[in-house]
Amino acid sequence: MAAINRDEVAHLAQLAHIEMSDDELGRMASELAVIVNSIKSVSEAAGDDVPATSHPIPLTNVMRDDVVGHVLTVEEALSGAPDASDGRFKVPAILEES
Amino acid sequence: MPANELIRSSASAMAAKLAAKEVSAVELTQAHLDRITEVDGGARGVHAFLHVNTEEALAVAADVDARRAAGEKLHELAGVPIAVKDLIVTKGQPTTAASKILEGWMSPYDATVVKKLRAAGMPLLGKTNLDEFAMGSSTEHSAYGPTRNPWDLDRIPGGSGGGSAAAVAAFEAPLALGTDTGGSIRQPGAVTGTVGVKPTYGAVSRYGAIAMASSLDQIGPVSRTVLDSALLQEVIGGHDPLDSTSLTDPSTGLVAAARLGNVKGMKIGVIKELHGEGFQTGVENRFNDSLELLRSAGAEIVEVSCPNFGYALGAYYLIMPSEASSNLAKFDGVRFGLRTLPTEGPLTIERVMGATRAAGFGDEVKRRIILGTYALSAGYYDAYYGSAQKVRTLIQRDFAAAFAQVDVLISPTSPVTAFKLGEKIDDPLSMYLNDIATIPANLAGVPGLTLPGGLADEDGLPVGIQLLAPAREDSRLYRVGAVLESLLEAQWGGPILDQAPSLSQSVLETVGTAAKEAN
Repeated sequence: MAAINRDEVAHLAQLAHIEMSDDELGRMASELAVIVNSIKSVSEAAGDDVPATSHPIPLTNVMRDDVVGHVLTVEEALSGAPDASDGRFKVPAILEES
Repeated sequence: MPANELIRSSASAMAAKLAAKEVSAVELTQAHLDRITEVDGGARGVHAFLHVNTEEALAVAADVDARRAAGEKLHELAGVPIAVKDLIVTKGQPTTAASKILEGWMSPYDATVVKKLRAAGMPLLGKTNLDEFAMGSSTEHSAYGPTRNPWDLDRIPGGSGGGSAAAVAAFEAPLALGTDTGGSIRQPGAVTGTVGVKPTYGAVSRYGAIAMASSLDQIGPVSRTVLDSALLQEVIGGHDPLDSTSLTDPSTGLVAAARLGNVKGMKIGVIKELHGEGFQTGVENRFNDSLELLRSAGAEIVEVSCPNFGYALGAYYLIMPSEASSNLAKFDGVRFGLRTLPTEGPLTIERVMGATRAAGFGDEVKRRIILGTYALSAGYYDAYYGSAQKVRTLIQRDFAAAFAQVDVLISPTSPVTAFKLGEKIDDPLSMYLNDIATIPANLAGVPGLTLPGGLADEDGLPVGIQLLAPAREDSRLYRVGAVLESLLEAQWGGPILDQAPSLSQSVLETVGTAAKEAN
């Protein structure tokens, strides 16, 4: 398995939408390299015949009756938003103006 | 009874005094608020609380008193105050998850467990400190400063739920709620000399607990006695249609199990892989004392092997960050919490998101998000996340094989006693190793309880004993835990916290002066 390096951390930080300075990228890369190295034995632990477990207790999906339950009012839903207008969340520009 | 004696009682003793009208709920709540004022604040305070809910707590207490005076039939714990980990959302108080990204955020709804506390008439004292988004084992990753261990103010109270454990250990609250993803209730319990329980996955609703790793997270009780945790789990447990992973089992029989008082003929398995090498000598010694006491009470102690537990930590540090990276994607600077604008360049949503998350998240949260994004990325998914899920199956099989031989399992809760603040903060891996004994229960969904097992010889600090039971058999933990607790307390001549230093203001100041001089 490939080691985790600075360029890879930069790519991951971009995917995760976290801006990082050069210093931070370097530090994060060396810390993550140690962590990844210590957990990679996991990939050798189980053979192909072992099924994966996604959930500790086996459950089946449940459906509720299709009736309106208690929901937040618009005011409640918007109460923690950094910006709102006309009863909606206000989002910065999606696309850069060219 | 003087207030400083009253607050040292167990929650069940407080409930009895309330029922007998020897004390009012207002007096009891005020005594705890006074204690918080006395020991929690200042540069050398315990700092268990991020928010103190004085007005509402007293109003709820007054209401309970009025209803009791009117002859209304009340819940057994009505009027007994409680603290809530600040990862659990509450109306009327800020919920921050100890993160800058949620500073001052007011939830528009209550978590199901909080609704249940309100329905039982339990005054909410406030919100307790934690590692940011419950990511840590020392509470040092809180964006609002660490909590201090009441046994030694220079040491960590464990984490992530160090605030809840320290509040209970310092008599600031008789009860608290915690959350446990890899040991966040049990490890703080161990290092503060208190009791904490991670119930069976799904036994307590997670609705309103800010999710870190949804397949591992569990809300549970924090207290000073085993019986008190049983009482609290019966309040908060049970089915909740708002949590699709909630079990339909009723939350009953736990208090009765704690009151049963015998372990004769029970088989208790010592997990070979979870003691010995890597565990502090004093921890190992107290663990052996507990085994001896259980044997003397008529339990049969046998050794069992869980060979795949060696892979548990690795699997956990793949599954947990993967789920966390996905759960924390919702902190985008749009719907709630912080929004930070980039200092230069165009103000697009992507760049605002990047700046917001850079400013709002601390180092450990960023580390886990990046690690999770890595484990889930194309090309690595099968080798990392897929393999970790297979290890989860192997851990479950180890538990199944062990529980085919024994009724409960036992191990030390934490390999070490409380370490010094700052000692492991720059070494993430050594911090992660604190949860080596608690993580397997989360991976398999089985319940676990920690109770104080005495003090380590080398440092005089509390040691935790962990009990594990099969899924849906939480009552076995309470049965064995209560017996072991009473045997230990008979040896000590009282609760372990009687041996903790008193935290009067003069002590806090003296310690502060000594530390300044030492510097």
